[in-house]
Amino acid sequence: MKRLLLLVFVAWLAGPTASHAQSAVKALADLALEDGDTRDAAVTVLGSTRDPKWLEFLTALRDGNVYARKDGGTTEIVVAGAKSTKGDQDVVEITTAYDRTPLGTVPLASLTEVAADRRLRITIKPFLEADETREQLASPDPEMRYGAAVKLGHQADAAAATVVEAAIAKETNARVRHALHEALALIRLAHGEPAVRVLAARTLGGLHSFEAMPALQKLASDAAASAAERDAATAAIRRVERWGLMIRTLETVFHGASLASILLLMSVGLAIVFGLMGVINMAHGELMALGAYSTFVVQNIVRARWPDWFDAYFVVALPVSFVVAAAVGVVLERGVIRRLYGRPLETLLLTWGASLIVQQGLRLWFGAANVDVSSPRWLSGGFTLMTGLTLPFNRLFVIGLAGVSVAGMYWLLFRTNRGLTIRAVTQNRAMSACLGVRAGAVDAVTFGLGAGLAGLAGAALTQIGNVGPSLGQNYIVDSFMVVVTGGVGKLAGTILAAAGIGGLNKGIEPALGAVFAKVAILIAVILFLQRRPAGLFAPRGRHAEA
Amino acid sequence: MPKRETGALVAIAFVLVVVLPLLNALPPSSPFHVSNFTLNLFGKFLTYAILALGLDLLWGYAGVLSLGHGVFFGLGAYAMGMHLMLEIGTQSVYQSALPDFMVWNQVKTLPLFWWPFHSALVTLIAIVAIPALVAAAFGFLAFRSRIRGVYFSIITQALALSAWLVFNRNEMNLGGTNGLADFKTIFGFRLNQASTQRGLYVATALALAGAYLLCRWITRTRAGKVLVAIRDSETRVLFSGYAPANYKLFVFVVSAALAGVAGALYAPQVGIITPAKIGVLPSIEMVVWVAAGGRGTLVGAVVGAFGVNWIQSWLTTSYPDLWLLFLGALFMGVVLFFPDGVVGAVARLWARARAVGRRAPVERALEQAAR
Amino acid sequence: MTDAGAIIYCEDVTVDYDGFKALSRLNFFMDRRELRVVIGPNGAGKTTLLDVISGRVKPATGRVIFGHHTDLLPLRENQIAALGVGRKFQTPSVFVNLTVRDNVELSLRRASKGVFATLFERNTQARLRRDGDEEARIDATLERVGLAPKADWLAGRLSHGEKQWLEIGMVIAQDPELLLVDEPVAGMTDEETARTGELLRSIAADRSVLVIEHDMEFVRQIARKVTVLHQGTVLCEGPVEQVQSDPRVLEVYLGQRKDTHADR
Repeated sequence: MKRLLLLVFVAWLAGPTASHAQSAVKALADLALEDGDTRDAAVTVLGSTRDPKWLEFLTALRDGNVYARKDGGTTEIVVAGAKSTKGDQDVVEITTAYDRTPLGTVPLASLTEVAADRRLRITIKPFLEADETREQLASPDPEMRYGAAVKLGHQADAAAATVVEAAIAKETNARVRHALHEALALIRLAHGEPAVRVLAARTLGGLHSFEAMPALQKLASDAAASAAERDAATAAIRRVERWGLMIRTLETVFHGASLASILLLMSVGLAIVFGLMGVINMAHGELMALGAYSTFVVQNIVRARWPDWFDAYFVVALPVSFVVAAAVGVVLERGVIRRLYGRPLETLLLTWGASLIVQQGLRLWFGAANVDVSSPRWLSGGFTLMTGLTLPFNRLFVIGLAGVSVAGMYWLLFRTNRGLTIRAVTQNRAMSACLGVRAGAVDAVTFGLGAGLAGLAGAALTQIGNVGPSLGQNYIVDSFMVVVTGGVGKLAGTILAAAGIGGLNKGIEPALGAVFAKVAILIAVILFLQRRPAGLFAPRGRHAEA
Repeated sequence: MPKRETGALVAIAFVLVVVLPLLNALPPSSPFHVSNFTLNLFGKFLTYAILALGLDLLWGYAGVLSLGHGVFFGLGAYAMGMHLMLEIGTQSVYQSALPDFMVWNQVKTLPLFWWPFHSALVTLIAIVAIPALVAAAFGFLAFRSRIRGVYFSIITQALALSAWLVFNRNEMNLGGTNGLADFKTIFGFRLNQASTQRGLYVATALALAGAYLLCRWITRTRAGKVLVAIRDSETRVLFSGYAPANYKLFVFVVSAALAGVAGALYAPQVGIITPAKIGVLPSIEMVVWVAAGGRGTLVGAVVGAFGVNWIQSWLTTSYPDLWLLFLGALFMGVVLFFPDGVVGAVARLWARARAVGRRAPVERALEQAAR
Repeated sequence: MTDAGAIIYCEDVTVDYDGFKALSRLNFFMDRRELRVVIGPNGAGKTTLLDVISGRVKPATGRVIFGHHTDLLPLRENQIAALGVGRKFQTPSVFVNLTVRDNVELSLRRASKGVFATLFERNTQARLRRDGDEEARIDATLERVGLAPKADWLAGRLSHGEKQWLEIGMVIAQDPELLLVDEPVAGMTDEETARTGELLRSIAADRSVLVIEHDMEFVRQIARKVTVLHQGTVLCEGPVEQVQSDPRVLEVYLGQRKDTHADR
């Protein structure tokens, strides 16, 4: 009698159809059986009801709290509650499976556990998750909703369609809406009528859904599907692929641009100094490393002293790294380089020696391993430009920094008196000296500026790359390639060459890999120099006499 | 060359080629015994000296600074190394006819470019020919378009970086980062026998002598004078009817070939060749040997290669952290205070000591210094 | 070759440096055995003219013919030099790490100046004979430029004027049919200038010499015929006196020009 009542009760609660309830009851009984397939089927039946109470039951099952109670000839499935000890006996409170009606306290020994083995737990999992997902779909946090939408799309559960539709109607966030539309189309693609599936495939194509690619591919090659479906799927695949190509291209351009920015910051200083003094500064990479380590030190100090202001450390680190690198640059120039004026090959060896000392110094002081520089919060995350393309703030920042620095350099060189003297000494040192320009001071200032820019490059690099003692070496050869290609002392040439080499590098990388991209660039530079031995913007005119 | 100087050189050559190996052959109990380790170390230095001679010919005479000679050294060493790997045959760890690293990388058949290295003769030719050909191709492009001065140096440095990156790749089938090692025999002689090592040492010493004579001959011909003239004024050379590019190409190829020979002698004596020997740093280190010894004098190159490496082998065992600091200081010190290196400094002292004498290379060095 | 006809013949030569016309449809020719001085204000294209003849600059348009019919345009500098065009630069350009004698020796005209020719010179009777001949030529050249006493010096130790003479000697040693000389007396003392003038006149006895010069005193000393370049073209040509009194030349030189020129 009690069981009958329960049945009615279950039927009433469980859903609109009695058959639904009946199958649930049967399934419940099946759980106590030994056969794995039967038990799986039972869980599927219960889970598919999407009834919160059954899902709660499945949770209990997963957690090992479900027992079978032999009651005369019949077996009843119960859920165990609190356990306690009564006398020398372990007892447990039990409730009914569905609505948790208390059934009193019974000795544990009178129950048999309905064990949820691994297989059963795997079967249970998606049902429970689907439930969670639905809860997340109502979350106030758009990120949560977005995640839920994506998950629903993956599961492509027919039952979720109504939920998703409802969510779309309510959703205000564009990104989440996009994901919901995608999920809905995926569900329809998986379960709809042929006509619906054609429409869904078209929708997915229109949404540029990368997520849908496996499902679309499956449909496109599904012999059982109609020609219309297959065509729609193929068309959608093509559309998504085209979109993907565009995204990848944009990403490559973007990565190329951020690499080019670092190279530019490095090479502008190198190129100006080379034009001014004929000096190739092999220690330029180490000045960059000094900038990066300065950022690291500033970060540590701020973290230790003013943890609340941690996010602001980078604002301090930028000028500090500029100043540190510039100071070392000036010392290097005044100390040794100026003694070797007019002997470029010797200067090259000298600065290489300096670079070894700085590098080893960093290694001894900070250790050979990479150090950890964390990004401030305002530089993490990114800006979503379009589906599938997010531009990280740190890279955007690097590009912006390079742009501002180079614009500043331009302004300094071409709009100020100081810049005029720099250009004058670059063109004719002896004549400028005769006119009262203190060439030595100009050298020092310019060298310091170039070094400072390298320091800035180092600071910027901490946000997108590793910081280690040999950091400078990774960039120096590329920077030289930029200087050589750009031509001596020509800012425009340097900018163009940095963009070209940075872009080429990232452009070739996907096809050839990083190593052969470097080799390809060397070959490209050599071939380029065949045509223009003095670089992009070599001053043409009466040749200097050698 | 004055008789006294020639005599000194012959004496040094005699010590290096004959005396040291003989002392090594003495029983270890003898007070004059030179240990296998020392002889091997000297053998390594001698290979460096061969390379330094070529580099000096290029830089000290023609004024062309290559920062990529590690590549040519590596090409020679790898060519020899490949032959030695193939000589191991099935005595390897995996007992396969393939080199161990290929088995490890699941390469099933020997790559085609390895085949010629089965032959000792081909290998001996390749040791010279491969570096020479690479240098010829690279130099042709560079000198033809009149890439010179620091431009050339930078391009050669990029060559060193590229080569290093490429040799590090496993798919090149050259052993990747680990390079080629565990050689067993060379032309049938067991490498772990002292006599084989002694033989290699003598071969290296003779090769050095040969390289020295070759370079000396070149510098004394009119072509040698043209090289110095190119260093002084390439334009004047060009307008005197010579093609400087051809001369530079020639000397670049010769020095690359010498580097290849040096590498080929290095591999069996040291027992391993890895990409670490061909990168940017080792390549520029080679330049400092020449600079420290004294560029523009052939003896200087040899002295520098010996001296710097001796210090390196001492420092890296006793004070490993200091080596790079020392190397950096050496670069700076030589450039600032001893622009013509040890040999130049000694020559200057010598010349000061004996006021005015007959014209000799010593005085020439003095004049250069006085300039 | 006969004495008749032009040694160098430039027709319609234009050199364009990124929009700046260093030479603009220039027509210029010189007879054999002629000593010609080219004058003109800064930027008139004087040095560019030498660059074009010696192969350093390839003109955008025009023809440059050497001797009877040798087209110089497809040739490289060293090939042109080997044909018999010698060039002396404005700033002295000698091999400072070689002796004065070696400087001249390297410049001597010889059958081949290729790498292997200079590398494998066999020590045969022929070479000894030729060496004897060479020694004589070197000595004669050094005598001529007055550097015989310093033959064994390193060229780097010579004074500025001596370096200029050495370079002239080197160019003579090339045995050229045509000498191009760019401002040979810049930075010389009066006495040195006078000696240089003598030297150039004596050279012109059996070769053609093209001199670029600013110093009008010096020009009067050596010149028979003067060409005035202005804005990349020939302004006028003739004997010194005639040119000096030409109103157009006066206008160009006395600053009545309406346009200014960059010093290129």
